[in-house]
Amino acid sequence: MTQGSVITDEMRKAIGVESEPTILQIEKEPIRRFAEAIGDPNPVYHDEEYAKKLGYRSVIAPPGFHPQYSFPLKKPSRPAGPRFRSPFTRMLNGGNEYEFSQPIQAGDILSMTSRLADIYERPGRMGPMLFTISEEIFRNQKGETVLIMRHTGISY
Amino acid sequence: MANQLFWEDIEAGASVPPLVKKPTPRQLVQWAAASGDYYEIHYDKDYALSNRLPGIIVHGALKGSWLGELLSNWVGDKGKIKKYGCSYRGMDIPGDTLTCKGTVTKKYTDGADHVVEAEIWLENGKGEKTTPGTAVVVFPSKK
Repeated sequence: MTQGSVITDEMRKAIGVESEPTILQIEKEPIRRFAEAIGDPNPVYHDEEYAKKLGYRSVIAPPGFHPQYSFPLKKPSRPAGPRFRSPFTRMLNGGNEYEFSQPIQAGDILSMTSRLADIYERPGRMGPMLFTISEEIFRNQKGETVLIMRHTGISY
Repeated sequence: MANQLFWEDIEAGASVPPLVKKPTPRQLVQWAAASGDYYEIHYDKDYALSNRLPGIIVHGALKGSWLGELLSNWVGDKGKIKKYGCSYRGMDIPGDTLTCKGTVTKKYTDGADHVVEAEIWLENGKGEKTTPGTAVVVFPSKK
């Protein structure tokens, strides 16, 4: 650890620890709301009959849809995510990455686990910046991984 | 949906059909409700200014979702997105015209998959790439 680092041993210990699962029920309504907010008119996100003609059980979620926008049926007993506070109060979203195995469909029951994948610091225009890479893995009712999301959080 | 493209139709260097967005403060509020991201820098100007920002700014994940829309329009109903991601390097403000674009970097087969890789990005009205990223997608084959 470099001198003056804001990364504590507590933060380092949090890396790689997988959370208990959150169980999410994927409904049509939040998918439609999400597609409307983006301004994406593709009927596969709001027209169930259209989606069925393409071989899906119901409407599918657009790329970028975060399943955790849906109502959780079961939450972990401890909060997911890193259990430490950044020394900085301002936050920015550094980036998102999505890896899809199959489309998320309305009616899916997904299990989400999350972990802190990495943490590092860099000097920035407005002072030191702390980068946290978090990863969420979503598995469907058959135990198949449907989506892996990675998020870079920046605090400064 | 638009006409389905096939893997054979695509060559390295080809452009992804662009997607133009003109976000308003109203759309950012709509996105906040749809995504559950109620961070005040996206709709409260005083709060944004006190965070040393130029004013309210467009949510990163909204820009990321537009890049997803760019890709899903491109691959069509019979194609699929395997992976994509982007970095939020520059801030974008409502009122600007934002355009999602892409360029094919390579194409190859991976088992049964007919894969295409692309550089993707969102640029502001001045043509600055505020949100660069990459994508790996699969197109249907004519064979």
